[in-house]
Amino acid sequence: MNNAHAQEVSATGIPSGKLGIWMFLASEVMLFGAFISSYVILRTGSPLFEIPAREMLGVPLATLNTFVLILSSVTMVLALDSVQKNNQKGLSRYLLLTVLLGFVFLGVKAYEYHHKWAEGITLSSGLFGSFYYTLTGLHALHVVGGIVFNLYILVNALRGKYSSNHHERVEYAGLYWHFVDLVWVILFPSLYLL
Amino acid sequence: MDKHHDESFIRKYFSLDHKIIGLQYMFTSLVFLMGGFLLVQLMRWQLAFPGRPMPFIGRFFPDTMAPGGIMLPEFYNQLGAMHGTIMVFLGIVPLGVGFFGNYFLPLQIGARDMAFPRLNMMSYWIYLVGGLTMLSSFFMPGGAAQSGWTSYAPLSVTAPTGQTVWIIAMVLIITSSLFGAINFIVTTLNLRAPGLTWSRLPIFVWAQFITAILLLFSFPVLEAGAVLQLLDRVAGTSFFLPAGLVVDGTPLDRVGGGSPLLWQHLFWFLAHPEVYVLILPAMGIVAEIIANGTRKPLFGYKEIVGALCFLGVMSFLVWAHHMFLSGMRTSLSYFFMTTTMIISIPSVAILTCLLLSLKGGSIRFTPPMHFALAFLPLFGIGGLTGLPLGFTPTDIYLHDTYYVIGHFHYVVVTGSIIALFGGIYYWFPKMFGRVMNPFWSKVHFWFTILMMNGIFFPMFIQGMAGAQRRLYDPTAQLHNLVVQPSNVFMTYCAWGLFLAQIPFIINFFYSMFKGKRANENHWEATTLEWACPSPPLPHKNFEKAPTVYRGPYEYSVPGHKTDFYPQNVI
Repeated sequence: MNNAHAQEVSATGIPSGKLGIWMFLASEVMLFGAFISSYVILRTGSPLFEIPAREMLGVPLATLNTFVLILSSVTMVLALDSVQKNNQKGLSRYLLLTVLLGFVFLGVKAYEYHHKWAEGITLSSGLFGSFYYTLTGLHALHVVGGIVFNLYILVNALRGKYSSNHHERVEYAGLYWHFVDLVWVILFPSLYLL
Repeated sequence: MDKHHDESFIRKYFSLDHKIIGLQYMFTSLVFLMGGFLLVQLMRWQLAFPGRPMPFIGRFFPDTMAPGGIMLPEFYNQLGAMHGTIMVFLGIVPLGVGFFGNYFLPLQIGARDMAFPRLNMMSYWIYLVGGLTMLSSFFMPGGAAQSGWTSYAPLSVTAPTGQTVWIIAMVLIITSSLFGAINFIVTTLNLRAPGLTWSRLPIFVWAQFITAILLLFSFPVLEAGAVLQLLDRVAGTSFFLPAGLVVDGTPLDRVGGGSPLLWQHLFWFLAHPEVYVLILPAMGIVAEIIANGTRKPLFGYKEIVGALCFLGVMSFLVWAHHMFLSGMRTSLSYFFMTTTMIISIPSVAILTCLLLSLKGGSIRFTPPMHFALAFLPLFGIGGLTGLPLGFTPTDIYLHDTYYVIGHFHYVVVTGSIIALFGGIYYWFPKMFGRVMNPFWSKVHFWFTILMMNGIFFPMFIQGMAGAQRRLYDPTAQLHNLVVQPSNVFMTYCAWGLFLAQIPFIINFFYSMFKGKRANENHWEATTLEWACPSPPLPHKNFEKAPTVYRGPYEYSVPGHKTDFYPQNVI
């Protein structure tokens, strides 16, 4: 494994994995871009787009969730910083925190879904509901993907696979996690605050 | 370590070697191409002899498709939708990108493999599962998707279950292409041999690189559209459904408020770059063959590369020219009309460069060169007939006629498929270490070209005479009766085209095992794939990693002892 890394050629000087994850994120931007622009187009253009009252959306809870996700990005950065300084304990601790914060986000999200469904905002109740569940649902799936990725890194970190000169994968997991965070930062105002 | 991998059963079929994956792509996509072609044979029977039972095979169809061998309109629509989908997404893209890109891109840049072999293997298997899912939709209640390969809403949303299967299969195919695109881009960026600068890359690599970028940015948009349509179908949303829709006399129980046009925008935002995904690899192949067959450097290498890049960018700005009839604002249609005229310029530039490359060459009329030379005028016809469709005044008249079908098929069949055939003949010695029989190759070539033109050229005339496309029974309207004899002629040509493929298939398999042995560099070419053994070594390709010293097409260099000067020779 390490041997293969040592032999890896790179005409650009950037590891292939890093280029790959950036390309993947580029396609993800297009994916979310298509969803969000569909939302914007119908929200501004459809005669039947009813926006529920602000109170029904539960803005405080969503704000808390935004904070949780941003905090998880901070812990992810701290995890990367730890491994760069060869601090194994810090790496595992911050990764674990990131994963836990991810679960907190999902838990709050589940509560929100339950609440909104009970209030009558469902997938088929109207365009807002449809977009709300589609966009946040897709994002939640990405959070789940990020948690799985981070757990994989965590298991490897506990086995001591990463060090200050070999931690590319921690960085890749971080890039993905920050992207998921960034998507939420766009979704939050466009779904709750506008 | 590599040896151990080769011996295991799993590694033989789930190989990580880009060459094996490439061959898997080739065989699978050729089978799908043949399948899609057979579907259209059935359609051509109905178009030539409407209402007559299909001979021989008619009795094998269940009553839901063709009672008594007479095709039902629903079944005709299914054939149309599945023909388009299979040919484009399961045939030509996997052949042009999945096979040619996978096999020859790493070889041409002097790499041992793709950047992510595991991802590469996954993208093939996801493609295969997607393809089989797509085929399985014929067995769904109500049959396969029947809303055309474009799946316009709201028709597609209210269609039978087959459409749901279509969407799921599309999501799989899109995912597979996305993985492939990431792999191709990173491979081209990172794994080029020492000395292989961007200005020394073969045109084929450039074309594949730009194709991968198009796939990466356009496919996610269709993925989004497909998810929204799936939710419309199964979860009761109404993203693409306007309010007050009445289906079969009963009002649809939906909130509504969605926009059918939104689907068209999402679809064509993918599907226009998709056209360039179909044609760019073909252009790359033709450029390789022409440089090799004329024994001189390509005319205007830099211009071709520039035009390819410009095509890539512009292809994202023209999509709505497919929607001129959707009632869009005049100012908007002006914009898309202008960009459409602009995008024709780089295509013409590439074609002109390839044409001028012939000037003063001592041409070797090899089988691949036949196909490359045929590509030039035939793709030219396909491209030029597109211009009247890019202007709104003429498009309004021509849009719903066979003219559009003729234009598209000239681009994709006599353009892409002819070039892909040429590529198979050109690189066959590299893949199997043997040469295909030249005589039977030429038989295949001449009959294929003749029959293709016999099928598609009358479509222009039919279209200008006003014969609408998508009609189940072309004799139902009086004004179409004038062109009915040409429909019969085209159907005979379609049978001819089928027969013309038999020499190819036999030649292919015979030559694979019994053909004349080829040496390492059968065509005396200059690019890197000819510097490794034929077939290339498993898992490492080259005996010694090559270094590049010069441009890709150094043919007939004055003072050099042979008329080709390979990139890797000092």
